[in-house]
This record gives sequence, C-alpha cells and structure tokens, in this order.
Amino acid sequence: MIKVDHLAKRYADVYAVDDISFEVNQGEILGLLGPNGAGKTTTMRILTCYMPATSGTATVAGYDVFRDSINVRKQIGYLPENVPLYPEMRVKEYLSFRAKLKKLPYRERKTKIDECLEKCRITDVQNQIIGTLSKGYRQRVGLADTLVHDPKILILDEPTIGLDPNQIRQVRQLIKELGEKHTILLSTHILPEVEMICGRVIIINKGKIVAMDTPSNLATQLRSGNNIMIEVRGNGEKIKNSLSAIKGVKKVVWHDRGELNNFTIEAERGMDIREDVFANIVKNNGIIREMKQASITLEEIFHQITMQEQEVTI
Amino acid sequence: MTSIGTIFQREINAYFLSPVAYVIIAVFTVFSGYFFSIMLGITQESTLRYSLAYTQFILSILTPVITMRLLAEENKTGTIEPLMTAPVTDFEVVFGKFLSAWALYNIMIAPTALYIIFLAWVGSPDYGAIIASYIGLILMGGLFISIGLLVSAVTKNQIVAAVIGIVALLILLVIGLASSGNEGWFYNALKYIGTYDHWDTFTKGIVDTRDVIYYVSFTALLIFIVVRIVESRRWR
Repeated sequence: MIKVDHLAKRYADVYAVDDISFEVNQGEILGLLGPNGAGKTTTMRILTCYMPATSGTATVAGYDVFRDSINVRKQIGYLPENVPLYPEMRVKEYLSFRAKLKKLPYRERKTKIDECLEKCRITDVQNQIIGTLSKGYRQRVGLADTLVHDPKILILDEPTIGLDPNQIRQVRQLIKELGEKHTILLSTHILPEVEMICGRVIIINKGKIVAMDTPSNLATQLRSGNNIMIEVRGNGEKIKNSLSAIKGVKKVVWHDRGELNNFTIEAERGMDIREDVFANIVKNNGIIREMKQASITLEEIFHQITMQEQEVTI
Repeated sequence: MTSIGTIFQREINAYFLSPVAYVIIAVFTVFSGYFFSIMLGITQESTLRYSLAYTQFILSILTPVITMRLLAEENKTGTIEPLMTAPVTDFEVVFGKFLSAWALYNIMIAPTALYIIFLAWVGSPDYGAIIASYIGLILMGGLFISIGLLVSAVTKNQIVAAVIGIVALLILLVIGLASSGNEGWFYNALKYIGTYDHWDTFTKGIVDTRDVIYYVSFTALLIFIVVRIVESRRWR
C-alpha cells in the first residue's frame, strides 16, 4: 500500500531522512520507531504530501506523492503530532467540516460522522467546544477525523504522546481495532507500544533505517548473549566454581543469600547450556528452585542499536 | 471547487464565534459615523463623498485586523498541516479564506447604508455617485484584504501580521495622497500605485474601467502570490 524508495529529505546541510526504502503491505500495522529527531515526522509529512522529498520517490495506494498528491490525500487519514485542531469549533461541527473537505457525499456524511464518534468513544462530547476538551479527548477527535472518509491507509504520528496511562491503553486498543480494516503506519518512541500493536517495526535513527523486522524476530536476532537466572539451595562456592567450568559459559555472577544462592549466567551466543547447568548443580548436591531464561526486550534492542550507532559516529 | 465554499463557511463561522467580527464592526461603525456627522456639519451637502475620504483611513487600520488570523493562526497552531493534507488545493484554501474576509468586510460596511437613508431624509443625494462609491469601496476592500492575507501568509504571529498590514496600507494611502495634484512621470507612477486617486474617482461618481482594472488586477496578483507562498513549503 505504501512504497518508499530511496527517499531523502535535506534541511540546509542536514539530512533529516537519508535514503530510506521500505514497504507497508495491505492490512499491516507498521511501527516507525526511533528517538526524537530521527526523521519519523519528516517521513510521514512526505507520505502525506505536506512536504516534498529532496530525492527518491514514494507511492501511496499506487499514487505518487508528488505528482498525484490530491489522489494520495484522498486515500489517507493523517493524524499529525500533537493533533492540531480548531479550538473554537464544536466536535461534531469540526468533523462535519473535515468530512466536507474530504469530499464525503452529503448523504453519507451524517451516518459516517456518527459512526466515527461512536468508534472513538466521543459521542458524549460531540457538542462540546474543542478548546475545552482534555488531551485524551482531543486525541480521539483527531483520530475520528482521520477515519471520517474511511481511508484505506492511516498515518498516525505519535498517537499516544501526552496521554495518561489509561488513555494510552484506550487509544492503543482503538488502533488495534482499526488495524483490522485499515493499513496503518504509526510512529512512536515508546517501545512497549510497538511490541503491543505493530506487526512489523522499522527502527530509524538519524534519518537511516537501522533495523526492520517483526518485534519478536528483532529480539532473537539481536540477542547478543543469553542470560540464565537461577536460584539454588546448596553450597554456593562449590556450585559457582562448577558452573564456571561449563563449556560456553562466559560469566557467572553470584549473589550469596545464605542458604539460597542466586546466579546469573551469561552464555555465549547461540549456546543452550540449561541442561548442563542442571546436571552440574545436581552433581554438587544443589537444589534448583528456579531457572529462567532472561529474554531481551525491545527496549534493550532499541537502546543497543541506537547506542551502537552513536559509538560509531563518535 | 466545492472546497472553497467549505473553507469559506468555516472561516465566517470562526469570525463570528470569536469577538473579532463584533469588535471590528462596532469600531468601524463608531468612526465612520463620527466622520459622517462631522463632514455633514461642515459641508452641509447631502453626499457621502467627504466622509468616505476619511473612511479609507479607518479601513486601512481595520482590514489588517480582519485578515491577520487567516493564515498566521493556522501556521502557529499547526492546523495548516491537517488542512493541507486534506484533498484540497492551495488555491481553494487561499481563495476561500479571501472570500470569507471580504464577506466580513462587506458586512462591516453595510451599516453605512443607514447614512443614505438619513441623507435622503434631509436632502436629495446623488444616488449614482453613492452606488459608484460603494462599488469602489467593495473593490478596495478586496485589495486591502489580499494585502493583509499576503502578510498573514508569511508570519506565524498575528500581531506582526496586523502591524505590517496596517503599515503597508497606510504607505499605499500616503503615496497616493502625497502625489495627488503633482505632475510628472514619477508622481504619475506613485499616483497609479497608491490607492487614493483610484478611490477618489469612485467617490466622484465615476466608475472608470482603469480604476476597476487597477483594483481587480492588483488583487488577483496578490492572491496568486499568496497561493505561491502557501505552496512554497513544498519546495523548502
């Protein structure tokens, strides 16, 4: 649905987006993840025809964003960062204005607006003045606006920024529901969000794509070492020494808690040492109370990737 | 083309939902009424000509206040972004906004029709001259609004937009006034650029094609420039 090909955007001497290519398939929720200033908003602004690219091309639903901008704009619903709205208008009045602007036929307008109000759970504030609404409601008014002409593609820039945890949950739930009918490209710098709603992630840093995969694949791919955490009853000293002797173990950290001992064992990449660990502890008369593999979160991946980049450039 | 109507409607609503429209109409009515009564007292003639000469001065100050928010506010609050990513052309947005300000301008000058009734009561005014004056007044409004719209397009700050607009309009008025009555190519050029001479012809009761063309072409040129300015974010 969205195809981005070697897209670049330069401001003066700085590349905000530097030669990125990716595709968003129909029915997919793709997350654009990156620290602030990574080029997420710029990418979205190019895709929504708000500004042109310096070089490269992008097509949305088959239309070129530069040459066929009106057709592109008919296909997308765009929620800009911070959701700018007209504060003096009432919610329903605003949606009706936007529906007209998006050329929704008169007959469909009323039912469509009511449907969006319902979907975004803002029916109870439909006659309120937008300026008096809380951030969460404004966000949902913005979402309702993106949906009003039933676009194939939704482009959401930081849809949960500035909301309280409850509202974040609601908005995420809503986006997930919308993902069943629409193709969604969303940007965020909040990692759990991506893990929860996106089918695929693009990690972008300093205008470049640094990783692109499903959240779980990224986690396996980038697991640099695998850590095992165990809790053992027995002689800590003896067990520690025997654990260190296992082939493939890089490091053993021991927390002595008297009767009980906690170990964190770091093994080499790709090695499964859990059975050896078990056998060794049994041999040393230890009793295993707990063993678990520490899985790496997207947060750590994100941190690793963006940090690596920085280390290279410094 | 339907989007022009949509934008127009929203902008008109925005004017009347905020105090701007009411304040402007009230201020204009007070001052134009004041000049009307003063000039009527001095000249004892049943004509609008003299009071309308002063009206141009008030309009130079009030029209930029009408136009200041049109684009500057959208730039400031960021609403320009959802607006421009909707399937509307830059021209539709600019022209819709222009028309809404022009409509408010015409609503603002509408109460002066009461003066005509008053004149008809106390004397016998020349209706032809009055109609010509109103044609001139409406055309001049279009020009003033396109200038204000231009200033509003290049800034995010409404106060800056208003002040620069007022200064620009006063300069146009002053160069016309100062060169009026002088001869030579330099003064003729200034007279042509300035608004005063063109406006003066209308108040005398003459609808001269040259003056109509001056207002219409100048307005069209400015609207064209504003469309280009709005579009220019696409090159930056």
